[in-house]
Amino acid sequence: MKIIEITNLTKVYSENGNEVVAVNNVNLDFEQGEFTAVVGPSGSGKTTFLNMVGGIDNPTEGQILVDKVNICSLKSSELIDFRMNNIGFVFQAYNLIPVLTAKENVEFIMFLQNKPKAERAKRSAELLNAVGLSDRMNSRPSKLSGGQQQRVAVARALASRPKFILADEPTANLDSKSAETLLDIMEKLNREENITFIFSTHDPRVVNKARRVITLVDGQVAKDERNN
Amino acid sequence: MLSLCWKNIWRNKTRSLVIIFAIVFGVIGGVGFSAFYNGMIYQRLDAAIGNEVSNIQIHNPHFLENKEINDTIANMASILPILQNNKQIKAFSYRIKTFSMVNSANSSNGLLLLGIDAEKEKKVTGIYQYVKQGHYLDSCKKNSILIGQKLAEKLKIKLRSKVVVTLQSSSGNIASAAFKVAGIYNTGNTSFDERMAYVKYDDLAEIVGFNPGMAHEIAITVTDNKLTDTVTDKLKTKLAGYSVKSWKEIMPELGLMTDSGQYMLLIYMTIIFLALSFGIINTMLMAVLDRIREIGMLMAIGMNKLRVFIMITLETILLMFTGSFIGLILSYILVEILKKTGIDLTAFASGMADMGFSAIVYPFIEPNAYIQIVVLVIITGILSSIIPARKALRLNPSEAIRTQ
Ligand SMILES: Nc1ncnc2c1ncn2[C@@H]1O[C@H](COP(=O)(O)OP(=O)(O)OP(=O)(O)O)[C@@H](O)[C@H]1O
Ligand SMILES: [Mg+2]
Repeated sequence: MKIIEITNLTKVYSENGNEVVAVNNVNLDFEQGEFTAVVGPSGSGKTTFLNMVGGIDNPTEGQILVDKVNICSLKSSELIDFRMNNIGFVFQAYNLIPVLTAKENVEFIMFLQNKPKAERAKRSAELLNAVGLSDRMNSRPSKLSGGQQQRVAVARALASRPKFILADEPTANLDSKSAETLLDIMEKLNREENITFIFSTHDPRVVNKARRVITLVDGQVAKDERNN
Repeated sequence: MLSLCWKNIWRNKTRSLVIIFAIVFGVIGGVGFSAFYNGMIYQRLDAAIGNEVSNIQIHNPHFLENKEINDTIANMASILPILQNNKQIKAFSYRIKTFSMVNSANSSNGLLLLGIDAEKEKKVTGIYQYVKQGHYLDSCKKNSILIGQKLAEKLKIKLRSKVVVTLQSSSGNIASAAFKVAGIYNTGNTSFDERMAYVKYDDLAEIVGFNPGMAHEIAITVTDNKLTDTVTDKLKTKLAGYSVKSWKEIMPELGLMTDSGQYMLLIYMTIIFLALSFGIINTMLMAVLDRIREIGMLMAIGMNKLRVFIMITLETILLMFTGSFIGLILSYILVEILKKTGIDLTAFASGMADMGFSAIVYPFIEPNAYIQIVVLVIITGILSSIIPARKALRLNPSEAIRTQ
């Protein structure tokens, strides 16, 4: 089942007269349950692409259908709610609220969704268990390693029961061991729970874990390979 | 949400503490100053009502204009039962009021001489409490006079000295009589003490040539000062043709001061909070700028604008609440202590005493003033969070996340 359909996606930044085409006429579809890496040199438009798919940034042209909903036509207030209910995000850094514990961070998005307290507590415990942090639930982010923080971020992204998870360079700040652990957890969630992941990366070892690799060059899709 | 906001406040402890202390001192300053002002005004008012004016006065209307000796209250016999039968009237006293000269061996002075029924007057005014030497008029021989300390000093006389009082009698002639100083009082209000002297009603009636019962003034004390206006209105309708006035009408400037006292606090606190709000805006702006990436992240994952706004506003209000709460508790304690001990202004009080303010001020504040402050805190909190909250709302999540 197609959950994301992208047609003619283009983003042009204009900065003091200069026009930068960050994403150039991209056409892509994503199926439910895919595990996709978006790669490409620095400045190739990975972040811009993921932000548009996530509804954080507006395209200059083209459209994005998420489950048949054209997110580009949503009002900004509708878009925020759409993101909350349909898309999970893992960023490179600053994913977590520093004053809240790991568990509270995971619960926060469910709090935004007005989920009852008991459900929040149950699900956040399950998810932190799934990312292997059941013993660090009550630690604040500053007491966790970078890898552990990113695992909390994955748990947080899953908490809202999104249709898919976007992760922009989730391993960029991690050592290779932590990066591998994180990817293993993501891969396991994908395999066992059929969670759709789209992540960008520079790291070849991370790329190897992906089952689909999209290569962007100068904002255009240069390659789209599947290896199973 | 509330606990998140509370935790957010303590991210930068120094910054929050600085602004909290500023609010604490602002509140203490505002409350303290108003309490002091209140204390001063109400003491002045209590003294004026308690020693001189009482709650309500009745006159012949002409007396107030001309101060003529013969403008006495007509038909006293019909008025007194009305006063006696009013349950809200605690006591009343009638007085002969004459403007006279007093001479000692050394000096002379103008004087407002009151002929009073000592027993009745005791229930209306508290001048007997201020007698420092000798005694009050109730246990005195004929032709005794009670004068103020200041007048005694001016005339260079002591207890049991003789003075001669000169005044106009009802027949239009000048009458003189010798009085012996039976008591000297001191209210602390020097202009009052210099100007007012008391003799027995019967003595003065005889000198001016009044029949028993004739008087210029009836002073009335009501059971509760709050009833003044009701009783005044009642008496006004019943006693048409007489001048019936409440203390507010008799001393409009004092009425104005007490009324304004209630707004004083509000005005002070508004000014103080206005000044503080700039500090608060600055603090919260910095708090928002420090968290651009985090707020951007929250907006990206689905925190809507209303919630971001509420978060910043709540943080601001919590910050102010903490400060005002501590400030209110401390000022409450301060006012309660000073209420008992008083603030002794003797060192700089000579000028104040001349104006009728006492040298020891006992500050106090109405309980609902505290509520007013809490309301003010909430309003200021909301108003001063608008700018920082708008700043947060204008963030573009995609750019905020990219910010390094
Ligand atoms: N806000 C912006 N204004 C102007 N140009 C921008 C803006 N954001 C990105 N760009 C430009 O768009 C292009 C794509 O940037 P983007 O961040 O998407 O690349 P990327 O593939 O994520 O790079 P990296 O691997 O370094 O993260 C770059 O040339 C960048 O300079
Ligand atoms: Mg990038």
